[in-house]
Amino acid sequence: MNLDFSPEDVAFRDEVRAFIAEHYPAGLRDKQEEGEEMAKEDFLSWHRTLANKGWVAPAWPEKYGGPGWTSVQRYIWSEETARADCVPILPFGINMVGPVIYTFGTPEQKERFLPPTLSGDIWWSQGYSEPGAGSDLASLKTKAERFTGDDGKEYYLVNGQKTWTTLAQHGDWIFCLVRTDPTAKIQEGISFLLIDMKSPGVTVRPIITLGGEHEVNEVWLENVKVPVENRIFDENKGWTCAKFLLAHERSGIAGVARSKRGIERIRQIASAELSDDGQALIKDPMFKRKVAELEIDLTALEYTELRTLAGEAAGKGPGPESSLLKIKGTEIQQRITELVLEAAGHYDAPYFRGFPKDGDNAHPIGPDFAHRAAPTYFNVRKTSIYGGSNEIQRNIIAKMVLGL
Amino acid sequence: MDFNFTEEQSMVRDTVASFLQDKYDFETRRKIVSSDAGWRADYWKAFAEELGILGASFSEELGGLGGGAIDNMIIMEEFGKALVIEPYLGTVVIGGGFMKHSGYAGAASVIEGIVGGATTIAFAYAEPQARYTWQDLKTTAKKDGAGWTLNGHKAVVVGAPFATHLVVTARTGGAQRDAGGVSVFLVDKSLPGIVTRDYPTVDGSRASEVYFENVSLPADALIAEDGLPLVNKVIDEATAAVGAEAVGVLRKLHEGTLDYAKQRKQFGTSIANFQVLQHRMVDMFIELEQSVSMTYMATIKLDESDAERAKAVSAMKVRVGRACKFVGQNAIQIHGGMGMTDELAIGHYFKRASLIEGLFGSVDHHLKRYESLSFDAAA
Repeated sequence: MNLDFSPEDVAFRDEVRAFIAEHYPAGLRDKQEEGEEMAKEDFLSWHRTLANKGWVAPAWPEKYGGPGWTSVQRYIWSEETARADCVPILPFGINMVGPVIYTFGTPEQKERFLPPTLSGDIWWSQGYSEPGAGSDLASLKTKAERFTGDDGKEYYLVNGQKTWTTLAQHGDWIFCLVRTDPTAKIQEGISFLLIDMKSPGVTVRPIITLGGEHEVNEVWLENVKVPVENRIFDENKGWTCAKFLLAHERSGIAGVARSKRGIERIRQIASAELSDDGQALIKDPMFKRKVAELEIDLTALEYTELRTLAGEAAGKGPGPESSLLKIKGTEIQQRITELVLEAAGHYDAPYFRGFPKDGDNAHPIGPDFAHRAAPTYFNVRKTSIYGGSNEIQRNIIAKMVLGL
Repeated sequence: MDFNFTEEQSMVRDTVASFLQDKYDFETRRKIVSSDAGWRADYWKAFAEELGILGASFSEELGGLGGGAIDNMIIMEEFGKALVIEPYLGTVVIGGGFMKHSGYAGAASVIEGIVGGATTIAFAYAEPQARYTWQDLKTTAKKDGAGWTLNGHKAVVVGAPFATHLVVTARTGGAQRDAGGVSVFLVDKSLPGIVTRDYPTVDGSRASEVYFENVSLPADALIAEDGLPLVNKVIDEATAAVGAEAVGVLRKLHEGTLDYAKQRKQFGTSIANFQVLQHRMVDMFIELEQSVSMTYMATIKLDESDAERAKAVSAMKVRVGRACKFVGQNAIQIHGGMGMTDELAIGHYFKRASLIEGLFGSVDHHLKRYESLSFDAAA
């Protein structure tokens, strides 16, 4: 039992650092650090840089375009990208549908979809949640009925509505859970379909969230014609893919490295801000206590994740224990945004959406960090709701780990 | 990076676990606790001779089996699962720790005594006025020719009734709360002038108030002069070991609660089917898992710099202390009235967990210590 990196790992870390220093633009770093909204091109430019280097999909098997890293190397990668405030690689293609396709797809599907997923040429959206199917995902109603087209080929006719679809305004393709057998038991009539969002009948409508962001959308599917060959795995076996995907989604969801960076940022902010008695806020016993507890809880999460990674390296897949990482990881992410908001003091209030805040540098409106403090705090409430709410994660642990 | 145990470490765990399973079931423990002696000297002999575990954490040069802190962690976790009374913490972790790190001339022969089972040690560090400030000492050792004269009162010296020797912190200089002048002595408990008042502890062990009344110590009783950093290091190692014991205790509290909830029926169904209790038991599981992680972390970091080690141990003790309270209290709650009875083991694990919470510093103490290391030192 030891925590040392091997000389190879240290060399790898140096290589990663050098690469990021050379290729990651400072403009993006500043946007990411302040929690600003990213444009499509912001996400894609860094994605493409990594794709060219072969580093965009750390967990993929080498034969599908992964870098062949060990779990320790992947850990180093996530640490280093977080330290440098790199724009996150969006999970929908790389962490979600990609692994489903290489695990359950046909050779043709792999060849057709994996290379453009890696390169960033396909922007994937996730079509899971519906207005009536949130935590109870299997109750989804979007239906897909088979028919033979005029060209003699087999199609599905898809009708329904997906919701909370993150960044679907940029989406090229959407992977959807649809009901293909309305008579079967609830989890047994579901299929996993890939739908071209340029198809007639696909409409994306924005949902504006608390911070004013256009991050999520409704996706309406009205008589959308989808070729049967766009179905992954067997008809009515989509739940298998869904469960596989959810387990993968949870691994890495702890966000330890990003939270470490978040706490470092709180320390910087609270060293500059003043408390009631005119000392640095970080010297205030109450504030300091909260930061200390956060650090300690993050250490506990970090070592729990390392144990999980060690288990994975020893051949255990990401199991239901990853629900623990999701619960604690998202709680910590939320507490970080709470403390940033608290540090902002009076300047928690100004709201800059559509407002030219850079107009007069001689007369600033509060410190830079405060500009996004409240919107970020509002936005991050989502983390304990998405990906299976933290209450659902407790159900999963209760059932799968504790046998209740 | 590696979280696996070596073959030797796994063997130590299996050996201890199987001995305790055969010979330290709950009813046996109850008899030990209520016996006159309060411990099983024959078990201690078996630990030394049959199991060979008393040498597991000493290097081969020092006459041990070549292990270290990880072995202490493993053994303490297993001891926690069985609520073992026998003085491994005082003798091997603390007494042995002082021998390993002090450069004491007599270390080899003391370790020989520990490994062979003849020497048992209790740590007399606490004083009635001092709470968790280890250098707050009224006990004094005054130079007397070649030797020393020891005077003072040590509080709640756990395991003292089983001990042949005491490791005693005493002031050889400086004022009551000074960092300087804190020295460490190895004291033969049979020396004249040592008065002990022995009593049971609420968690089934035994302890003593120890009064030193002009006790004459030989010159070679001095383990370390002016040695507060050494005291801090050994107490950190002991705290890590107690974290491991807590992990064993917490595992039993959690496991026992799950079992009980599955078999207890109310409203026509097993209470394990109630979601409000399921989520509580999941939160207990999360507290347990985080305690395991923190104990690994702290144990692995024991050999780092003083500041890093102290920070790691305090972070661990904060989480483990919280876990002891949360898991312990909820174990009793979910057991309902049965949790209140002396008959079930669960309450006895709760009692141990409750004392571990404050042992070598409460959650607040360690949170403050963590803060001063993480913020004030850096600022």
